[in-house]
Amino acid sequence: MKRNKLTKTELRSAINFYAYISPWLIGFIVLTAYPMVASLYLSFTNSDMGEKADFIGLQNFIHAFTEDQQFLISFKNTLVYVLLFVPSSLIISFLIGWLLSRNIKGLGFFRTVFYLPYITSGVAVTILWGWIFNGNYGLINYLLSLIGIKGPDWLGNSHTALYCIVVMSLWSIGNNIIIMLAGIQDIPKSYYESAEIDGASTLRQVFSITIPLLTPTIYFNLIISIIGAFQIFNQPYILTKGGPVDATRTVAMVIFQNAFQYSRMGYASCVAWCLFVVIMVITVIIQQSSKKWVFYDN
Amino acid sequence: MARTISKSTSRRIELIIIGIILGICTIICIFPFIWMISTSLKSTAEAYSFPPTLIPKRPMFSNFKNGFAKADFVQFTKNTIFLTLVCTVGTVISSAVVAYGFARFKARGSNILFLCLMGTMMLPTQVTLVPQYLLYYKLGMVDTYWPMIVPAWLGGGAFNIFLYRQFFLSLPKELNEAATIDGANSWQTFFHIILPSVKPVSLAVGVMSLVYNWNDFYTPLIYLNTTSKFTVSIGLQFLNSSMGTTKIGQMMAVALVTLLPVLVIFFVCQKYFVQGIKMSGLKS
Repeated sequence: MKRNKLTKTELRSAINFYAYISPWLIGFIVLTAYPMVASLYLSFTNSDMGEKADFIGLQNFIHAFTEDQQFLISFKNTLVYVLLFVPSSLIISFLIGWLLSRNIKGLGFFRTVFYLPYITSGVAVTILWGWIFNGNYGLINYLLSLIGIKGPDWLGNSHTALYCIVVMSLWSIGNNIIIMLAGIQDIPKSYYESAEIDGASTLRQVFSITIPLLTPTIYFNLIISIIGAFQIFNQPYILTKGGPVDATRTVAMVIFQNAFQYSRMGYASCVAWCLFVVIMVITVIIQQSSKKWVFYDN
Repeated sequence: MARTISKSTSRRIELIIIGIILGICTIICIFPFIWMISTSLKSTAEAYSFPPTLIPKRPMFSNFKNGFAKADFVQFTKNTIFLTLVCTVGTVISSAVVAYGFARFKARGSNILFLCLMGTMMLPTQVTLVPQYLLYYKLGMVDTYWPMIVPAWLGGGAFNIFLYRQFFLSLPKELNEAATIDGANSWQTFFHIILPSVKPVSLAVGVMSLVYNWNDFYTPLIYLNTTSKFTVSIGLQFLNSSMGTTKIGQMMAVALVTLLPVLVIFFVCQKYFVQGIKMSGLKS
């Protein structure tokens, strides 16, 4: 009797559960799960926009790693971008977040100011940065000329273009700053007070209290930033189209070109899966290492 | 005594140093916008003079009119407003509904499905891009707004679902029970009692979704081909690639205007943005 009743509530709970999540579940199956399997399959075919899709084994992958110059260069560029952007972004957002947590006046004002570039990051602001980096009339080269330096054509120079994209991206990390600030503010004051009594210097407190207790937030920011950074597309697409001489061609751009400009759906899927595997491997490595350095307070 | 004095002096020095650093950062964050406004008012000749001027000698308000005349930005703006509103409403409603399911009900497979949900946050969009495109293509939805609208109404993103779920979990169970005793079914409870009690989350999800959809570049770039269907971000890119920096004043004028809705939403609803991000950071 009792058992029967229990299954009834269980059943009702299950019906409710699936009813409520059905929009997501449909989306998950149709727009995520199926496409993932399909793109893995497509990566072994020569599919184009038409009906043709012959199974060609590993040919796409072989072509990518041995013949397609853009593929390898794009991975190198993306990796350089990630390696420059992610650590700088973490360090800068931590430093600014920490400064903001030091009981300063006008916290609300600064928070607004740092968040503004993040909220407006889109095509408009990217075009603006293109103008700021302009070789002849740009703001940066004007400022450099004041101290007697003749700046290069930043985005038109294959040695500097990728760094400009990094700088532009670093300008809009307000999101990370506010996440860091929230994390720092969450640390109980009592920890600092007892450290104060023990005579620990501010610097000592940062390394022994703030950073260890902030590691969950840092970990979260790290993962999210890496996944986002590997997919960098908008800025190079809008400003340099991947040039000069492939200096800013990223993996996401190679996927885009192959899929939507050359209609090489099979090959685009192959590149996408290579990107996915790289991101997965790095994420798993970080996840495994996190057991050693992320401090959980429970 | 000496110790307290030295402490307050060191605090003062600290505040001065912090003030200087944050001041420099503020200039770095704000000045590009000032530069944008300045350039938007310059004649082409003045924009291309070296050294550049900060305050235009003769403000060219005609840049706004002429820039807008270069492409049908009135239409682009209308399109974007429509698309942004439809997607935002969809995101707020559907992510709340889905999150409520995850927060309140248990079923066989509910844990695995929740893991799947969290996993999609880590998934690069590129992996699903091509088959999704082919799917929309077969359904005749390329060059329509459906590829943007459908995902918004089907859960609206794992992140928003997660945000709502955290808040539903923190609501007292008695809220449900009271309603159930009053004879309300679970949908009535959800829409009349649960949803109104998480208004701050709805507002946070809403404003973030507004800005996200307004700024979105990648999805419209892939799916929209007809100029009259463009959103402002695609329109801007279109204008940028057709006239480049030749008429930078007009370009900046148009870009500036497309930023205005985002800025207005941001300044009016700042509280909810900050709330949204804080909640997102605490998830870890």
